[in-house]
Amino acid sequence: MLVRHWLILLALAIMGAALAWAFWVALGGYEGKRLAELAAARVPESGVSNPVTAVLLNFRAYDTLLELAVLLAAVLGIWSSGAALPGYRQAGEVLAGLVAWVVPLLILTGGYLLWVGGHAPGGAFQAGALLGAAGVSLRLAGRAGAGLPPESVLRLVLGLGVLVFTLTGLALAILGAGFLTFPPGLAKWLILGIETAATLAIGATLAAAYVGGYPSAAILGRSDHGGPRS
Amino acid sequence: MLLAFDLLLCGTLIALAIAALTSREPRRGVILFIALGLLLSLVWARLRAPDLAIAEAAIGAGLAGALLLAAARRASRQQSSSGQGLSDPKGGD
Repeated sequence: MLVRHWLILLALAIMGAALAWAFWVALGGYEGKRLAELAAARVPESGVSNPVTAVLLNFRAYDTLLELAVLLAAVLGIWSSGAALPGYRQAGEVLAGLVAWVVPLLILTGGYLLWVGGHAPGGAFQAGALLGAAGVSLRLAGRAGAGLPPESVLRLVLGLGVLVFTLTGLALAILGAGFLTFPPGLAKWLILGIETAATLAIGATLAAAYVGGYPSAAILGRSDHGGPRS
Repeated sequence: MLLAFDLLLCGTLIALAIAALTSREPRRGVILFIALGLLLSLVWARLRAPDLAIAEAAIGAGLAGALLLAAARRASRQQSSSGQGLSDPKGGD
């Protein structure tokens, strides 16, 4: 037991040393042109003026595609771990009234963050998180399906981010631009299209994660198209 | 003035992290983790990373908190139902 204790401490010390080294290198141990300068210089070519979106959706779009694939894999893992629990009991009048106000506001703010992500802080992940929060609010207020659409539609929405992202990349590759290499003139609209699909997929993924298991038809059927996504 | 605020922020952040990690009750730990996420989003804002601040508040504190709370609820429910199933009261962990 004592040996294990010391081993854990040793592992932590090694990890701490590695982090300190990485921090030092990031602060100035590296000579030469920094990546941030290179990226910032080429933001005007990316189709968006927010440097974060330019990096996430254009310069390293491949990474973001894989992040969406990770989210999809997470939902598949949750679905295969068992059936979803039945939801909470129906909310009282005050909570139901609050949710009826909050959910439309969350959807509206999500749409705003998605659009504003092109030139100011925001973007698909933040917008998707708000849609997911709308689903969580609905489930807490007694809608067991968290406002998710019926399963056939839900499956499509969950895969939509990866699907649109990959199809866009493949189409560009076939047209000769290279996989996920956006031509500057079209970049803005391609990025917006991918982000819209990603937002829907992320929102549905997070809400489905909160439902916490494979949702039966009874759970999803009860939502009668009143949810944030349909 | 801002330096004092930053130091206070860092100190509270570390204290919350330790409190969340050492909490014996999962529910309490999760609530401390949510508070940590909200403060962390303030830290991102101070570091002039508003994108990360929004993501941290929405995903790190909000959705991860909701997921962890649901998981803690489910875990404690499973524990109590398995505890009831045992006839021997000493049979728990």
